[in-house]
Amino acid sequence: MSNDFPTSASVVVIGAGIVGNGVVGHLAELGWRNIVQIDKGPLPNPGGSTGHASNFIFPVDHNREMAALNLDSQRQYIEMGVNTECGGIEVARTPERLEEFRRRMVSAKNWGIDARLVTPAEIKEMVPFINDEILLGGFYTPSVSVVDSLRAGTIFRERAQALNALETFANVEVLDIETVDGRVTAVVTDRGRIEADHVVICVGVWAPRLAAMAGTEIPLTPAVHQMIDVGPIPVLEETGKELGFPIVRDMDTFCYERQSSGSMEVGSYAHRPIFITADDIPSIKESRLSPTELPITMEDFDPQLEQALELMPDILATAEIKYAINGLLSLTPDGFPLIGETPDVKGLWAACAIWIKEGPGAARMLAEWMTHGQPEVDPHQSDIARFYKFARNDHHVRARCAEHFNKTYGIVHPREQWASERDVRTAPYHDRTEALGAVYFLAGGMERPHWYESNAALVEKYGVVDRPHEWDRRWWSPIINAEHLALKESVGMVDLAPFVVFEFDGPGTKDYLQGLTVNNVDVAVGKSVYTPLLDVNGGFRSDLTMLRIAENTYRVMTGAFDGPRDAFWFRKHLPEDGSVHFCDLTSSYVTIGLWGPNARNVMSKLTTSDVSNEAFAYGTTQEVLFDSIPVRLFRISYVGELGWEIYAQTEHARAVWDKIAAAGQEFAIVPVGAGVYGTTGRLEKGYRLMGSELDGEYTVVEAGLHRPKVKSADFLGKAAYLKHRDEEPAAILCTLTVEDHMSERDAILRYMVGGETITTPDGNRIVDSKGRVSVVTTAGAGPSVGKFLLFAYLPPQHAVVGNELQVYYMDEFFPVKVAVAGSTPLFDPTDARMKG
Amino acid sequence: MSEPATPLRILVCVKRVPAPGARITLTADHSAIDTKNLGFTTSPHEECAVEEAIRLVDNHGGSATVLTLGPAESDEQLRYAISVGINKAVHVTNPALADGVDWDPQATASALADAIASIEADDGAFDLILFGNESADSGGFQVGVRVARKLGRAIVNGIKGIEIGVSGDGHATVTARRESTSGFEVYELALPVVLGVKEGLNLPRYPTLPGRLRSKKAEVAVHTADPVLGGLVTENFDNAAELVVQTTMLGNGEQAAPAIVDLIERLGLL
Amino acid sequence: MNEILVIVEHDRGEAVETSYQSIGCARALLAAGVGTSVTAVLIGGEADGLVTDLGAYGVTKVVQVHHAELTDYAPEAWGEAVAELIAARAPAAVVATGTDRGNEVLAYAAAIADLAFAANVTEIKHAGDASLDLTRARWGGSLLEQSKLIASVYVLSGVAHVFSGEPSPDDVDTVAAVEVVVADLSENAARTRITDRVTLSSGITLTTAAVVVSGGRGVGSAEGFAPLVELAELLGGAVGCSRVVTNNGWRPHSDQVGQTGKRIAPELYIACGISGAIQHWVGMMASKHVLAINTDGEANMVGKAEYAVIGDLHKILPAVSAEIRKRRSA
Repeated sequence: MSNDFPTSASVVVIGAGIVGNGVVGHLAELGWRNIVQIDKGPLPNPGGSTGHASNFIFPVDHNREMAALNLDSQRQYIEMGVNTECGGIEVARTPERLEEFRRRMVSAKNWGIDARLVTPAEIKEMVPFINDEILLGGFYTPSVSVVDSLRAGTIFRERAQALNALETFANVEVLDIETVDGRVTAVVTDRGRIEADHVVICVGVWAPRLAAMAGTEIPLTPAVHQMIDVGPIPVLEETGKELGFPIVRDMDTFCYERQSSGSMEVGSYAHRPIFITADDIPSIKESRLSPTELPITMEDFDPQLEQALELMPDILATAEIKYAINGLLSLTPDGFPLIGETPDVKGLWAACAIWIKEGPGAARMLAEWMTHGQPEVDPHQSDIARFYKFARNDHHVRARCAEHFNKTYGIVHPREQWASERDVRTAPYHDRTEALGAVYFLAGGMERPHWYESNAALVEKYGVVDRPHEWDRRWWSPIINAEHLALKESVGMVDLAPFVVFEFDGPGTKDYLQGLTVNNVDVAVGKSVYTPLLDVNGGFRSDLTMLRIAENTYRVMTGAFDGPRDAFWFRKHLPEDGSVHFCDLTSSYVTIGLWGPNARNVMSKLTTSDVSNEAFAYGTTQEVLFDSIPVRLFRISYVGELGWEIYAQTEHARAVWDKIAAAGQEFAIVPVGAGVYGTTGRLEKGYRLMGSELDGEYTVVEAGLHRPKVKSADFLGKAAYLKHRDEEPAAILCTLTVEDHMSERDAILRYMVGGETITTPDGNRIVDSKGRVSVVTTAGAGPSVGKFLLFAYLPPQHAVVGNELQVYYMDEFFPVKVAVAGSTPLFDPTDARMKG
Repeated sequence: MSEPATPLRILVCVKRVPAPGARITLTADHSAIDTKNLGFTTSPHEECAVEEAIRLVDNHGGSATVLTLGPAESDEQLRYAISVGINKAVHVTNPALADGVDWDPQATASALADAIASIEADDGAFDLILFGNESADSGGFQVGVRVARKLGRAIVNGIKGIEIGVSGDGHATVTARRESTSGFEVYELALPVVLGVKEGLNLPRYPTLPGRLRSKKAEVAVHTADPVLGGLVTENFDNAAELVVQTTMLGNGEQAAPAIVDLIERLGLL
Repeated sequence: MNEILVIVEHDRGEAVETSYQSIGCARALLAAGVGTSVTAVLIGGEADGLVTDLGAYGVTKVVQVHHAELTDYAPEAWGEAVAELIAARAPAAVVATGTDRGNEVLAYAAAIADLAFAANVTEIKHAGDASLDLTRARWGGSLLEQSKLIASVYVLSGVAHVFSGEPSPDDVDTVAAVEVVVADLSENAARTRITDRVTLSSGITLTTAAVVVSGGRGVGSAEGFAPLVELAELLGGAVGCSRVVTNNGWRPHSDQVGQTGKRIAPELYIACGISGAIQHWVGMMASKHVLAINTDGEANMVGKAEYAVIGDLHKILPAVSAEIRKRRSA
């Protein structure tokens, strides 16, 4: 063997599965040279999850980012000539699954994927050996395919090698990843040490072990997915092909049946969650098959045998189980991949927990991110920086993965809440909200009241109409609308404890923040700034509010869902001269909102400070006393009413809650949940939410958040922002009203939940000039305007007030009308209630 | 040869053994094989014994019983045998048995012989008892012989061919073939008899889905046994020394053909 | 102290290389302090002719066991005969080579005499008081077991090719004393005996071939073996295969090399598309030279082989056959 092992590289890519190979291929294509790729196993199958994958792609996914990765990957596989289209049928045994297929029709339309609902007889025609008597119907996707992921990996490597960009070394084990001052510097292997400024971990199930070498975490767990190969089956052998029939996903049993030449592979996501640790994965030499093909624990598979027999009795009754494994794959706490720069170690990148169906797309995403600072597809869901500390350890990972493993083929509601890892973050006054019958949703892992059962009587008082369909009503209550109306009538208090709070100080603070924000932060002490933060392409990286509380001190509030990503972004850009000090004060402060026409009356009872409009203008902040307790007030509102965000130190928060409740008593103050704060109040006011309306793929102008003037200071994304201001927006964020909720099929009123397609009157999806589809970003009631509201980006020709369109929900069309084009609130357009 | 008059009663004795990869990992103290991530299987010779029993019953009628001495987990191997077509299962066990903790060959043989004698006392004698030639893991080469002696029956090991027939005087016989360097030795034996078989006797089938499901519901008779310790005591294990070779690369692809032929020539084999 | 009984295995009076390795094992016992002399046991009158050589191996006495039933090999009769010698002579140990027959006869003898038996010993370490520390081969030789044999008579077999089967240089002129014993066998003793033999038709067998061209999973199919067969025929060798191949039905089990197949030791073993699992390796590790042909340069077999070629066997083997023809016609 040669000894010319490299001592330095521009980037070391660890792993030669579909992801590592895709990453070296795309990095080379984007101009990277001197790439060194290593894997501890042999090529072309080093023994990771790629080697035993079933390799099929069902492109339809409810999530936009995942669908985009699936489709991009499929395109790449096709281009490499390793994609075999065979079609796929997801079959339903239950009415709930049929309803889910109607929802899948919407997602298929969203992403432009040909799909149709099929009857049991039609399924039988395509798959003659299926028992159609137990089926209610199916969801057929003609473009479902099987790919050769090992061959694709080789092609990726060969392309990089053809560019003289890559050296690949198999059978090289990583012993250490060296870092200096939070930066990666070298990879130490059993064949030598390679210095590099960039290291990419693409090792799937082994990632936690490599992350630990670098002193960080990659929150995933190796988990078992069981698979058996049954054969020989004459009807399959007679096809003479690897795939002669569509792949069948038996969704209600969480299993799939995929032809593999003369035999049938049956895979399962139905068994109990089985996890092992990265350190317990056997070595290549210790493995009978491969490190990620562990001996099957057959008793876990037995129920699926019965179900498979029931589905395909004619062919499975006599065939033999020739091969059976507990295959290992990677699971993350929220089921999304882990892509991007690790938040703790600069230059250390990861692309892990990625399936074959999204591998090449994920690889391209990472390569673009490393090259340009931002990928084309917005990486919001997959960003490895998205986790709080409590979510980055084995306990949390396993708890969540145990919960969602059996939902791999499950029916997951968009509002669905986790059952595990609850009560790990609670507000100091949690007992108070609990006593009020709070129904908690998680916000950044923190328990946040979504509505209060103690307000149930208000439903009748305000005559709120319930939703008749269980799906539309799931994880929702009419109490939300009642709380909305009660707040607007008098006053409400809102638990905002999950708010993320950063503080910046030091002489360089203002200039540093100016360099990241669209809007001018050089305001007077005591004033606030709302501003987007952009990526290099001018897409949204974040939107947040800053308070200038001293000359060189800013406090920044941002949403709970993006706290870790924002903290990473700010830290990543801190000046190296130490002139700015960053502090995450999230745990030091608790935020409570007080809003409504009577908010000032309540506030006047809480503090002796002057809270009149003259003394305490909208958009300003002051420190006051509630009796002896110091609190900071910020006159702002996300629900469109007069009032304040109140920031109390954590140890005072419970007392502050009690004082507000007591002071509000005479005004019939109600506790109001995040159902109002996050949806109904926000929708009526046209407020955009990061991750829903705002993301890396839409511009400030398209979101309607651009200001008349552009500040003179330079800032990240400014060039793109200026360009966007100069051009006609390709889409405009609009508020639409649903004009008729009656379902012809169900003969009841239906209420959208978000993610639906906006279509033309003849039912076609609407695609803007940049290829983006008009999809509902938020759906919810507008109790004060008496309409059900939808946010959606529409191309300018459709973004016209009064324009009549349709919303495609559950495979049915409902009429909608454009009510607002742009950011003007539908309710109280002049903001008189808020600013008075 | 004509058919024997009565259906065959066959017993197959199997052992649960680990299924290791290219390297066997030992526990830190070398007292046992580290089986944490290993699957378990039936010793390969015995898989063929199971297959042969099923085929013999298919061809001649009768019933096949599988028996093992092993820890509670050996239930898996008994049910596997049922899943491929064995009719009954008997589990001889003791709470002290565990994966990686064997009884010595004498203790094993006496527990098996006692269990078999007790089954035969209740249900009648087995016409044919099959063992694997040796277990894949401990390779003692003696349990079948010891059991046969205790039962007063003949045994021949190394069997790779079995045919049931009837002798001239009307007794059921078995013609067994054993591989030698030049071909096969043939043994003609009167039933009842014991045979130690080797892989190559047949190609064992895999379970079908219905077979697997049937095996889950099958009843397994459980006998407990106490060890009568013999004189071979295992103390610990070592991996055999790994071969360290400097590999000479002769080239890549068909361009290497001349170099390969050079090598063959150099070794005087051309 | 007393003698060590050594079974000198034979087939109808013919001894082979391994037959004398039991004597090497006995010498290892002597060196460890077990026994004081080596007595060879020749079972059946057909083996009487072997006695002339035995002195040179350090054997001081030869016992010829005679009986009307002791003609051809009969495991039970041989076992009874050995058990009878144990009872009659109270030897320090009884030793055979760990072949099919050796292990079978000793298992019978140990069962009859109710003694422990250690099969496939690789090393005699230390003799204690009524106990012997030794090393045994497990898993076909990939794992070594340290064990203690506790018995009044040590019954053990030595792994073939581990102990010397060569004459002892000090004993070239030694002439062993001969003793004839007429066995008193039970009436059952003859019930297991060879009644017939079936000879394989072809001349060269896997176990005797100087070149073995062997295929594994990488061959891909039964038809894929054609270039292996062609090369084997050209070289006057035999075709072998790994377990996965027989399990897939591509080749008969008689071609299988490995723990549960054949153990072979050709001059050259050409491993084509074989990954090199331990179960296979133990079957061919005695080969004098190994050439691996594999698409995967990192396969175990490539790392362990003396020579390797990376590439597709379906292209390489026909090229090799063509090259051989070219040179032969030149």
